[in-house]
Formats: sequence, C-alpha cells, structure tokens
Amino acid sequence: MTLMDQGNAASGGFPSTVWVENVSWFDRVPRWVAMLAIFVIFIMIWQLTHLTGLVSPILLPSPGDTANQLYFVGHNLFTGGYMLTPLWITLKTVGYAFLLATAIGFSLGVLVGETAFGERAVMPYLVAIDTMPKVAFAPLFIAWLGFGIESKVALATFIATFPIIVGTAAGLHAADDNARMLFKTMGATRFQTLMKMKLPTGMPHFFTGLKIGSVGVMAGAITGEFLGGGRGFGDLIRVASTNLDTARVFALIIYLSVIGLAIFMAVVWTQRRFVFWHKSSTVTDS
Amino acid sequence: MEHASVSVSPQQKEPAAQDARPVYVLRGVNKFYAKRGIHALDDVNLTLVEGSFSSVIGASGCGKSTLLKIMAGLTPPSAGSVMLEGKPVMGPREDIGMMFQQATLFPWRTVLENIVLPIEIRDGKAAARQAHDRARDLLAMAGLTGFEHVFPNELSGGMAQRAAICRMLVSQPSVLLLDEPFSALDELTRDFMNMELQRICRERNATTFLVTHSIQEAVILSDVVYVMSPRPGRFVEEVVIDLPRPRTLEMMTTPQFGALVDRIRSQLDEGALA
Repeated sequence: MTLMDQGNAASGGFPSTVWVENVSWFDRVPRWVAMLAIFVIFIMIWQLTHLTGLVSPILLPSPGDTANQLYFVGHNLFTGGYMLTPLWITLKTVGYAFLLATAIGFSLGVLVGETAFGERAVMPYLVAIDTMPKVAFAPLFIAWLGFGIESKVALATFIATFPIIVGTAAGLHAADDNARMLFKTMGATRFQTLMKMKLPTGMPHFFTGLKIGSVGVMAGAITGEFLGGGRGFGDLIRVASTNLDTARVFALIIYLSVIGLAIFMAVVWTQRRFVFWHKSSTVTDS
Repeated sequence: MEHASVSVSPQQKEPAAQDARPVYVLRGVNKFYAKRGIHALDDVNLTLVEGSFSSVIGASGCGKSTLLKIMAGLTPPSAGSVMLEGKPVMGPREDIGMMFQQATLFPWRTVLENIVLPIEIRDGKAAARQAHDRARDLLAMAGLTGFEHVFPNELSGGMAQRAAICRMLVSQPSVLLLDEPFSALDELTRDFMNMELQRICRERNATTFLVTHSIQEAVILSDVVYVMSPRPGRFVEEVVIDLPRPRTLEMMTTPQFGALVDRIRSQLDEGALA
C-alpha cells in the first residue's frame, strides 16, 4: 500500500507500475517444510498400505514396528550392546577401504592423467576392468584373503577405486591451455606444473570421484559381508532377514544409510574446506 | 606483390630509435605444421629495438599467435633464427614477460600470491616471500592497492588483467610479449588499460610486442605496426606510426590517426582477398 503511494508521489501523476513477479506458492515453500511434507506423505502412504492388510507384515512392516526397531537398535548401540561390535567391524571395513581406494585411485589417476604412457597403455586395461561386474569378484577375494575383514575391504576398495581414478585423471586434464602456457613461460618443471597448477585445478573433479567412491565403499562392504560370512552390520541384516524380522532389517538399513550419509557429508565438508574457490552442490556434480 | 611491399620497408626507420640497440632479432623464421600440411609462417624477419612498441595485426588464423609463441620460446620454429639480447631463444626465458587474452589467475591463491608465482616457480618460496614488497609496489602502480589478500574471483575482468600485468612484470622482464591482452574486456576498459600499458612500458623502457586484431589499438600504442596476411603467414607491410608520445585517447579522432587506420585496413583487406 505505502509502496504504491510512494510510487504515485514520485512519478507525479503517472500511474505506478511497480509490480510483483508472480512466483507460485509451490516454488516458495521453504526447504525444510517441503522435506518434512514429503516425509509425512511417505509415512502416511506406508501406514495406509499397512492398514489395508494387502501386504503381509513379513514383507512390509508397519512404520510403528520399524520405529520400535530403530529405537531398539539405537538403544543397543548406545548402551554398548552386542550390535556395537558388528558396527565397529563395518566401520573399520569402510574406513580402511576408503583410505585404500583414495590412495590407489589417486596414484593410478595421476599415472593415467599425467603420463602419456599411463593414458595409452594403462587406461585401456583400467577401463576393461571397470566394465566387469565387480561384485562377481567377491568369491575370489574370499578365496584369496579368507573370511576375515580383509576380503571385504578388498571388495569395497575394488568398487570405490575406479571413480577416484577417473576423477583424478579428469581433474589433471581440466587445466586450460592458457594455464599450461603460462607455466611454460615461467619455466616450470613438470613436477611444479603438476603440484602448483594441475592438481589444484583438478581438485573439484577429484572430490567428485571421492563422493562417488564413498557411496561405493559402503555397498562393497555390505555385499562382502553378505557373501563372505562377515561379522559386520551386513551379517546382522542377513540374520534378521532369515528370521523374517523385516522391521529389524529396515532399521538396520536406515542406520547404515545414516553412516553412508555421514561419510558422504564428510567428503563434502572436506571439499568445501580445501576447494573453497569452487562452488559445488552436495549432489555428485562438480 | 606481397613480396614487393615487404621490400618497401626493409629497415627500422623510427626517429627515436636511430641509435637504439636491437633487442629481438628474427631472421627467416618459418613454421610448418607437417601433420596438417599448413605453412603457418613464411620467412618472417623482424627487429625490435630497445624500448620500442611494435604490434602485429592480422585476421584470426594468420599465424600471429604462432609467431608470438616462437618468440617466447614456447614452440620451436621450423627454420630460421630467433635471437634475444644476442642469445638464441631455445626455450622459455626469464627476461621475457608474457600475457594472454585470459588473465589466468589461480583461484586458490590470493592476488599477491598469484603475482609472485613466477618468482616462486623459478627461485622457490623464500624468494617469493622476499618479492612481496616489489609485488605490492606493482599493485600500487596498477591501482590494486588493498586487493593483495583478495581472491581472484572477487576481481572484475579489468582488475584481473591488471593483476596479470603485475605478474608479468614481477620478474622484471626486459621484453613483453602480449597476445591480445585486453580483447576480452569491454571497450571503455580496454581504452583505459591501453593507456595504462603505454605508461608502464614507457616507465620501464620495456621492448614490447603486441598481437592484436584491433587496428585502433595497434595504432594508438605502437611505433611500428606489422600487417600480416594469412596462409602462409607473412608480413605484408610495416607501418611506422609517427604520432607523438605520449599518446592520448583524443588522438584517435585526429585525421592523421584515421589515415593510418585506413592504410592498415586496406592492407588487411588486400591480404584477405589475396
């Protein structure tokens, strides 16, 4: 109202043409409200499906049962119950695998991205291996490394390494011609060019690889535990599933996804910290 | 026909440069790209005397950037000789400062860290720290005081190019090779930057060689403008610009300026049609 009056006064007789751009209410909903709404709708549909009785509770537990199991598992973990050891084993598997995948992926990525030898001779083999269904290697890893944590670490590392190789190599190719030429004019050595220009330039790509790898490492660890008689969280899921305790399975999966999300967010946070000049979203794009 | 016009002006005939020392000497420089069957440069001869400002102008793809890269030691010639300060150019050299169309500042370094980068590369981090005072002086000269610790993504295009000038000057080169340094800037900023460039070159008595596709820019800055024709790239004319120094933007409206621009334009058109 007052805005319109001011407009009229300022324009001396001309009608005010101050107008408000129309954004539909649907696009103006705050993020947390939108997320909460989707969550509530999801739970409601779930609950309704349960109430109709069309789906057996063995196949689909009710939201209430799942919440109870979430509480049970959480209580068990926080009071140092028997689930803490499997959790610790899975966390160790994931941690070792992620560190190994990062180290191997970065080294091979530099080899492939920086040297013509790597690009011409090594990369074709890496691509060939990457196209293999990696989970199929699980029995081999068990045969080679036994039923302990090592075979699970190997499988998780194997799955997570390739996106990190690709991310690192793509990052080293990301520097533009001007930057390369500039470093040439400054008489930079190959190592200086790599350390002071190519690697920093490629950091966003490297972190994209890390983000994809951080998701793969969890999948690899749990798959390894399923197939290789692991003692981790995957084993708890397998046992609950065998007992037809679907609500427990749901609860365990939710805890796993929280861990997965935590690892992912840790990578995102590290990226924000070290690649401060680059605006990136939390999604996997770079 | 083109050969005839080259022989019209075989010698530098700049009044102020009579007793000046030749800094850059190119003789019979040729460049072939065998793979693509391209003859990029054909028998280029060039002498730049100390403190002079020369430009090469030509259509895109006429080989002027190739020429600059050969002069800078970034790429070898297929035939011919490039001498700088009496020594052959066989690779990048410290006494050559270079600038490109893009500022190419690195976003993870502050402006000050970007500027001392050439020192850091050549002499290490300690030397780079000692060069901070010199870098600050350069920033002051470029009107960037107060931006030392700012990251480049906060700079405008013109400010970024000014920082790039500082980086080029920090290793105190005696010759400056400029590859369309301001062509990505808007016209108002470009005019201003050109005047700044003139001031900097005069203050340091730097020998400067500019690659451009703007006739006005070439004329207002240069003592000599070389007109280049494409395929194969060769100098078809050497135009001496006898406008008084220091040049001002007002000179761009004088008839003398217009006549020089017309002359170069007609040469370029001829080259394009040939």
